Amino acid sequence: MMLLKIAARNILRNRRRSFMTGSAIAVGATAMLVFGGFISYVFAGLETGLVQRTGHLTLFRSGYYLFGAGNPAAYGIPDYQNVMTLIGQDPAMRALIRVLTPTQSLVGIAGNFAGGVDAAKTFFGVGVVPSNQQLMRIWNEYGLVQIEPIDSLLSDDQPQRGSVGGGLARMLGLCAPLQIAGCPAPPIITTTEAGAPLGNDLADLARGELGTDSAPADALPRLDLLAATAGGAPNVVSLEVAGVARQGVKELDDNYLAMPLGLAQQLVYGRGEHKVTGIVLQLNRTADMPAARARLATLMSENHLDLEVHGFAELNPFYGQVVGLFGTIFVFITVIMGVIVLFAVVNTMTMNVLERTNEIGTIRAMGVRRSGIRRQFLVEGWMLGAIGATAGVILALGVAAIVNRAGLTWTPPGNASAVPFRLTSPPLPGLLLGTWFGLVVVATIASLLPANRAARLPVVDALRHV
Amino acid sequence: MTEPVVRLDHVVKTYRSGSITVAAIQDISLTIPAHRFSMIVGPSGSGKTTLLNLIGCIDTPNGGRVEVCGTDIGRLSDNALTDFRARNIGYIFQGFNLVPVLSAYENVEYPLLLIGVPAAERLRRTRAMLEAVGLAPQANQRPNELSGGQKQRVAIARALVKAPAVVLADEPTANLDSATGAAIITLMHRMQAEFHTSFIFSTHDPHLMSHSEATFTIRDGQLVAPQPETV
Repeated sequence: MMLLKIAARNILRNRRRSFMTGSAIAVGATAMLVFGGFISYVFAGLETGLVQRTGHLTLFRSGYYLFGAGNPAAYGIPDYQNVMTLIGQDPAMRALIRVLTPTQSLVGIAGNFAGGVDAAKTFFGVGVVPSNQQLMRIWNEYGLVQIEPIDSLLSDDQPQRGSVGGGLARMLGLCAPLQIAGCPAPPIITTTEAGAPLGNDLADLARGELGTDSAPADALPRLDLLAATAGGAPNVVSLEVAGVARQGVKELDDNYLAMPLGLAQQLVYGRGEHKVTGIVLQLNRTADMPAARARLATLMSENHLDLEVHGFAELNPFYGQVVGLFGTIFVFITVIMGVIVLFAVVNTMTMNVLERTNEIGTIRAMGVRRSGIRRQFLVEGWMLGAIGATAGVILALGVAAIVNRAGLTWTPPGNASAVPFRLTSPPLPGLLLGTWFGLVVVATIASLLPANRAARLPVVDALRHV
Repeated sequence: MTEPVVRLDHVVKTYRSGSITVAAIQDISLTIPAHRFSMIVGPSGSGKTTLLNLIGCIDTPNGGRVEVCGTDIGRLSDNALTDFRARNIGYIFQGFNLVPVLSAYENVEYPLLLIGVPAAERLRRTRAMLEAVGLAPQANQRPNELSGGQKQRVAIARALVKAPAVVLADEPTANLDSATGAAIITLMHRMQAEFHTSFIFSTHDPHLMSHSEATFTIRDGQLVAPQPETV
């Protein structure tokens, strides 16, 4: 008790010095918590966006993850409805799953021949069950603000209707029909007979397969999609473009195309067995991923299913890169703040020892052991750290409250539109406790050197000190 | 003759100052009687404080043997020596040396905490000691709120509260005016009589010296006057 009393009073005795050191610790804590709160919000936002689009886990046919992008049709999961039934009716999985839905990836060539545009463009397409996709897009485990659905243009009732990326729409001359702002029409390019674009062939094929020439004036614009079926034969379907689903990365925006699952299957599998390339599982909670993975592995093993499971982070390496980048910056800031706090506390405690040398000699003469002197200064460093870190926590909460009420927005890397600029508040318990304890430990360790110096002082020399 | 509280046997203490070795105490042997007002006197630089430090177990000799309360302090470890000081030796310093962040009460209570006196007993002894030195009304005041004389009274109370065998006082009146110094000497005399503690002073204050019951004069680190019996 006397130890704490002396420590507290000595901190108050040197108010200005203690204030400066405490402020350094508080600023350190605030910086770490504010940045930590920011990146935890970014991580939550990124995770939410990815889980909304691609679910937590996706089942693929073995080999698809490494080789399937080159030929998705060859990696279709046969009898996928039974696989989904098996998973959906498993009691353990049913408790974890929020949405279970099939998806078909495909690559092909799109042309807007009905719109009179003489251009064709390769696309990366995805076939989804629109109602399931809508359900997935309202997943919001972290209660984030204003998470906009990415693509609400598809409907179960409109089996021919899809959406395209902004870049693809621009290149295929859909800007005017879709009334896209800031989207120029493609220039007219004159071509020779020998250099006729692929679009001419595709248009001919489309006319042959679909028997269409032009769309009515009031109808949605239409694209003709060409792809190779699983059997290798060319196949064409017609897609009504309901609108644009902008993508954050230009390469994806230039190639993105979404459509109902049935249409995608019709394009890829024709009259053959309709398969899917993936079965997407969106869970209630991200924390359930390990349990879900383990159960899926058991189910696949028991039922001899040749499938592999991948999480959203594996399917989106960008997520890991962003987490890694921000994590590295956070570590950098933490180290810088730790060093500043370390030097500030060492300086303050060294001054304290110097000023109280005579007092140290006095209490040593009275019968305080060296360890008692060491403990005294360590407690003072600890207390200074605790006061500064606590002030920093309060300050960070204040900053977070101001930022979160300011209505700021920003466009994170990979996003097509702005999202709220917010800080996770109160900070995650791990971040809060880690920052508080980390700074208190640094302050205590910083006191060790001056404390040892004080403890080693010969009593006579200390008493002689003026 | 009274049983000695301190016995020095051929004690030598030297200091090194760069390449020069200074002999602060040169082969001093003496015995200081218990329960008396004993004085170590001599001019400045004669080695009075060094001798007091050796007796007070806060310094160690380079040679010879120092025995306090029958204990050879040269045989004690640092912690044992510290504990020995906590139980047996009280200090009164020229500059008072009170802990500035503690009140008068807390300064007096502090030595009792160091030897593990229970809280109720601490309270009783601390209050009694502050009453004895006439500072009960100032118990809650910090050292910077006290006069020089009051500070020295607190220092005396602090030195005596644990009922030590020896109280060492290094020039206790040097920083006080003569009237306050005289009052402090009277107080210490009264306390010595009341608590039967051995007081050992280092001083060249003639007024304080006039109260000596055993005087040891040193010059240039050597005992120059014959070792006295008690007065």
